[in-house]
Amino acid sequence: MSKLLILIVVLVGALAVAQVARVYELTSRLRGKREEDISPADNRMNARLMWAFLVAYFAFFIWLIVAYKDKMLPVAASTQGVETDWLMNFNWAILAVMFVVTNVLLFFFAGKYVYSKDRRAFWFPHNNKLELLWTIVPAAVLAVIIIYGLNSWNNITSPASPDAVVVELYAKQFDWTARYPGQDGRMGATDYRLINGDNPLGIVTAKSIATRLAEIDTEIAEEEARLQGVLPDDKVAEIEDHIGYLGRMASRIVNLRVVMEQDIKENGEASTYLHGADDVVTKDFVLPVHKEVDILIRARDVIHSAYMPHLRIQMNAVPGMTTHMKVTPTITTDSMRTHVMHDEAFDFILLCNKICGASHFNMQMPLTVVTASEFTAWVAEANKKPFEPAGTQPGAMAILPDSTVNLVGDSTGVTQAPSTGH
Amino acid sequence: MGAHAHAAHADHGADHQHHHEESFISKFVFTQDHKMIGKQFLVTAILMAWVAVIMSVIFRLQLAWPGEGFAFTNFFLGDKWAPGGVIDPNMYLALVTIHGTIMVFFVLTAGLSGTFANMLIPLQLGARDMASGFINMLSYWFFFTSSVIMLASLFVEGGPASAGWTIYPPLSALPKAIPGSGAGMTLWLVSMALFIASSLMGGLNYVVTILNLRTKGMKMTRMPLTIWAIFFTAVIGILSFPVLLSAALLLLLDRSMHTSFYLSDIHIAGEALENTGGSPILFQHLFWFLGHPEVYIVLLPALGITSEIISTNARKPIFGYRAMIGSIMAIAFLSFLVWGHHMFITGMNPFLGSVFVFTTLLIAIPSAVKVFNYLTTLWRGNIIFTPAMLFSIGLVATFIAGGLTGIILADSALDIMVHDTYFVIAHFHIVMGMSAIFGMFAGIYHWFPKMYGRMMNTKLGYLHFWITFICAFGVFFPMHFIGLAGAPRRYYSYTEFTMFNGVVDLNVLVTIFAITGALAQLIFTGNFFYSVFRGPKSVQNPWKSNTLEWTTPVEHMHGNWPGPLPVVHRWPYDYSKPGKAEDWVSQITPMEPGETEDN
Repeated sequence: MSKLLILIVVLVGALAVAQVARVYELTSRLRGKREEDISPADNRMNARLMWAFLVAYFAFFIWLIVAYKDKMLPVAASTQGVETDWLMNFNWAILAVMFVVTNVLLFFFAGKYVYSKDRRAFWFPHNNKLELLWTIVPAAVLAVIIIYGLNSWNNITSPASPDAVVVELYAKQFDWTARYPGQDGRMGATDYRLINGDNPLGIVTAKSIATRLAEIDTEIAEEEARLQGVLPDDKVAEIEDHIGYLGRMASRIVNLRVVMEQDIKENGEASTYLHGADDVVTKDFVLPVHKEVDILIRARDVIHSAYMPHLRIQMNAVPGMTTHMKVTPTITTDSMRTHVMHDEAFDFILLCNKICGASHFNMQMPLTVVTASEFTAWVAEANKKPFEPAGTQPGAMAILPDSTVNLVGDSTGVTQAPSTGH
Repeated sequence: MGAHAHAAHADHGADHQHHHEESFISKFVFTQDHKMIGKQFLVTAILMAWVAVIMSVIFRLQLAWPGEGFAFTNFFLGDKWAPGGVIDPNMYLALVTIHGTIMVFFVLTAGLSGTFANMLIPLQLGARDMASGFINMLSYWFFFTSSVIMLASLFVEGGPASAGWTIYPPLSALPKAIPGSGAGMTLWLVSMALFIASSLMGGLNYVVTILNLRTKGMKMTRMPLTIWAIFFTAVIGILSFPVLLSAALLLLLDRSMHTSFYLSDIHIAGEALENTGGSPILFQHLFWFLGHPEVYIVLLPALGITSEIISTNARKPIFGYRAMIGSIMAIAFLSFLVWGHHMFITGMNPFLGSVFVFTTLLIAIPSAVKVFNYLTTLWRGNIIFTPAMLFSIGLVATFIAGGLTGIILADSALDIMVHDTYFVIAHFHIVMGMSAIFGMFAGIYHWFPKMYGRMMNTKLGYLHFWITFICAFGVFFPMHFIGLAGAPRRYYSYTEFTMFNGVVDLNVLVTIFAITGALAQLIFTGNFFYSVFRGPKSVQNPWKSNTLEWTTPVEHMHGNWPGPLPVVHRWPYDYSKPGKAEDWVSQITPMEPGETEDN
């Protein structure tokens, strides 16, 4: 009913507009005025509105600046951000001049040279000198902008130094996880097929491989049990498909294990496969102040973007590849709270800035920047809770326990069976 | 082109002069007449634009008053997508996606190029019709079908495509990631494939017609700037749209044939996918290879239209005609070398980023030339404020405001912090959205008498312009500030962060302007449809314009000119030429002895 009412209101409104227009047109036709003849009064009105608009436009702009300048982002909290902010202000200064000059000319001319039948427009079809002038001047200004811009770009995007602190940010719908390299200072290898409840990042260790294979075995056994019951044909096909999928998954993981074993054999301690067990997987994102940090960014499902507005840095998280972003924080969270924001609840925020699904607008994680000594203490504490706490020492993994090998071997035997079995 | 081919075409046209009675179907539906096809594009685009405008009002309501129920929202979305009038987050993303798709492609590409290329190319060049009337007709019907499919996608189970108008995979490839990536996304891709076919058929026709069917005396350097702009637009479209088609096809394969062009190492909904080796970044390269030229596909026709209208209504030749052509050419060329500036923070090699910074900022030079040439054209002009002229001046203002912020975004070091924030929304809505729609409005007001033989109401035109102009800045100017405060785009609400508390009140301001601006379009739509049927009859050349379309009879006819085709003797911008009695000289007026052509 309400929809009908709304529809009627809209229709009546449209009719009213049409009738007003009709009355207007009939009266102007009576006065002998043609629609294309713009009266001097109309021309003058629009000319004055052009000038009025210029004033209102600039007033609105200035009001926005005055009213909102303190509500923009606070002072940049990283060396990269300080550089970005300087560059931004430098660009604004140039652009503000261009903005004012061109707009003043546009609206001033539009308002000033209003039509008069006693006057002729100035015949001025071209002028090479002028055209050259406004090709060269913008080119020169842009050259300056490009040089300063690329200089900053190179500083910000150059590779992090080898002794930078390494942190990984891992994105998935709709949260972030951080990973620190643990006791050995090195990140272990990962593989998305190993992801499960206990291994959200898919870190590769002999144990995580064995666990995942065992899980797949269980799942296959369950699916096969379901096949024993009476099922419609499409359901059977679906289950068989799923069993096939699980089999392929298992064989890929077995491949991964072969690759891992080979890599360990060739590289010994240097193999990344030996450094995963002590990694620290955490929901606490902590960075030291005044130290360069190399942030590795990965994603599990769709593209996300790691955006830290207070540090002025951002990098996409892309499934299937690792991206890098370096940052050197310059202000600790504590200093921000007490000296800059005067707000005890303030936190630096990491937020997702690439459309990623329904809860994209709430995919965030606080970032804590601490002093170097606090960071050392935090790391020491965090290292006590490694990814595989009860495991062997990293080096010992080179010799895989026989039982694991057998277990996995059995499971591959089983996984191959279903493809012919049903 | 050879003189005899010319004569042949002229004869061919003459055959059409005997008005044989046409059926309703062949005159209004499956017509091959370029003028009717132009009008078909226009009316379809106006209807599509309304769909997109209503969507924007719905999501603006949510942004201004997050979580509050609105009868308006519920009226359009129903209880499934807006229980209690509060929009569902998935539907929010869907509306953002379809709003962008419709506006960019269906309104500002097909609506703008389709309308004015079809209307103006034969009329301004002195041709009987397009090179191929049949392909022209197909171009419209492909567009129509694609519009219907796009609208149909709004009603499927999981909702329409929701991955943003840029449909980046994996989000757009995985229905498990977002419901809109199910049937809605498939329909989106099918619709776009048809759209691209339509666009290519149109574009090829435009290029062929412009190159081959110009009347006697219509040298390339005597073509109106509208035609130059449309010409390069068509060339850009022909070269870039096929790349989008290939990107869409690969995405279709990834979605339904288990290929891995864009997918690798994905674990979603508790399961690892088998795809490995693909790259989501590949899609972005393919997409933006069209996507950035697309910006100029919507912008160049608007700039061409504006050049024509500013010159006519300032009663003054466009300043620097050849520089205007040169800058269109430079923009068209450079538009193919800048796509990477959309991808500075995808992990692309920083050196490659530097190259794109350089090429992107180069585009600012021809753009600056255009702006200064407009300003010089207005200088010491004799300006008549028709609604078309107002919208053209409005375009220059939005082109300046949006062009300048483009310099910030093109600077990769600065893009890091403003990428994907509201700053970007503000930038491209002003420079591309507003400029192009202002150009389109200007063109509609200016050529309405040519299209329908009637006049639109001027006073309503004024009202429409001033409200729209003020609202355009009221909506998009504050968004720069929201963006500089760090607020990302495509957020359902900003209630989950305290850091945006200072600027969220701007969202209320923006929404009020947006609703007012949307209502102002009712004035336009009413004026348009009323004038189509009841507007006062137009005279042959209401704006005292030089170009050829105003030498045709007011009543439309096949073949455009009743007698032989007009012969062109001069460039189109002889306004207020010294020594002439009138302040305009039609292109068909022969040169006087001793008169020089001053272009």
